Amino acid sequence: MKTKDLLISPIVKNNPIALQVLGICSALAVTSQMKQAIIMSVAVMFVTAFSSMAVSIIRNYIPNSIRIIVQMTVIASLVIVVDQILKAFVYDVAKQMSVFVGLIITNCIVMGRTEGFAMKNGPIASFLDGIGNGFGYGLILVAVSVIRELFGSGKLMGYSIMPLTTEGGWYQSNGLMLLPAISFFIIGSFIWLIRTFKPEQQEKE
Amino acid sequence: MSESAGKTLTVAAILCGVCSVLVAGAVVVLRPRQVINQDLDQKKNILLSAGLYESQDKIDSTFNQFVQAVVIDVKTGEVQQGIEASKFSQEKADKDPQYVEDIPKSQDFATIRRRSRLQKVYLVKKDGALDQIVFHVYGKGLWSTMKGFLSVDRDGVTIRGFNYYAHGETPGLGGEIENPRWLEQWKGKKLYDDSGEYRPKTKVVKGQVNPQDPNAPYSVDGLSGATLTSNGVEGTFRYWLSDSGYKSFLGKVREGVIQ
Repeated sequence: MKTKDLLISPIVKNNPIALQVLGICSALAVTSQMKQAIIMSVAVMFVTAFSSMAVSIIRNYIPNSIRIIVQMTVIASLVIVVDQILKAFVYDVAKQMSVFVGLIITNCIVMGRTEGFAMKNGPIASFLDGIGNGFGYGLILVAVSVIRELFGSGKLMGYSIMPLTTEGGWYQSNGLMLLPAISFFIIGSFIWLIRTFKPEQQEKE
Repeated sequence: MSESAGKTLTVAAILCGVCSVLVAGAVVVLRPRQVINQDLDQKKNILLSAGLYESQDKIDSTFNQFVQAVVIDVKTGEVQQGIEASKFSQEKADKDPQYVEDIPKSQDFATIRRRSRLQKVYLVKKDGALDQIVFHVYGKGLWSTMKGFLSVDRDGVTIRGFNYYAHGETPGLGGEIENPRWLEQWKGKKLYDDSGEYRPKTKVVKGQVNPQDPNAPYSVDGLSGATLTSNGVEGTFRYWLSDSGYKSFLGKVREGVIQ
């Protein structure tokens, strides 16, 4: 695969959420606010890229019997580092995200990429693949969060776009948008949309 | 290829070593910054509840200018002169069996089960005289323990400000407890009425407060769609203003014993 493909294909053609349907658990949790979604995307991108690279570097030394646990250890270590960095530099956001950063460990995308790609490819290709997949994941996450924050609380990035009735404006907020379950509907709609325009993604009967 | 038990163990051991160095390194290197952040965040929230917060870079200077921390015993309401507030860690005291007491179920309105007898409170002074007191209050909401700071006037009855600095309630519903507009309502509300019995009267009412209601000075609007969080807020107030909470200390404040 070419460098460009590694970065571009996970965005629409092979999107981890929309096509592979991986990592949707965290897409429910952190998408009620756009700021959290962006930070989460960057964190996942960082972890996917570096864990893929690290696993790829040592791939020839990893005994097959413990390969999953080795990948897990690498991922978990990186997630702890990310969590510590967030707490040190963007404390306010880290406080809001609390456990969700730690839960990147269980994000299927990260392990999906180390197991599915990094175990068979070189470090640089794996790194780019990680960036691409992290970005594809982030794109969906941010798109969901835009819809949820805008219609749920009339804001984007915390700035008021549609003034709420509770704050003297005209917009009656949609409470459903703030509940995690709505993410299923939004992601489902995205998948439907993408597969309508790209029929080759549809699964054969 | 590399399947022997010895090799597997070696790889595992090396990997664990490298990863633990990485993790430990990050924690050690970043720790001082995190402590500064936590400390600043706490000061910021104390200033916010006292209405003194100006900007991020002035936190320390404003705090040092107006705020003095003291440690009190909530049972007697006495200031513990022997304990230096700057060296007193509330987190440690909250776990110290020497100070921690169980709260009887019938009085545990905030559902916190136990609390430390010693509490750090913050005296806010203006021109050398006591102006307001900031208390740490916490209680269970729907999902989480909601932690906040409550600022009370030196009359021991009037709320000067209130804010939450940590909670895990549903964003947009219960999470609105951190909405400045909602918090603004608390200002000027009363904690107790004038009767001799003097029980905490502060309530979170459903819907909006009717200004004609005789209870209006004690009531704030509930959060729609967040009944359980609202109940939790009310319980937090009810507990921390009870005998088991800060009531005896507030009595001393009212009498002018605390300077």
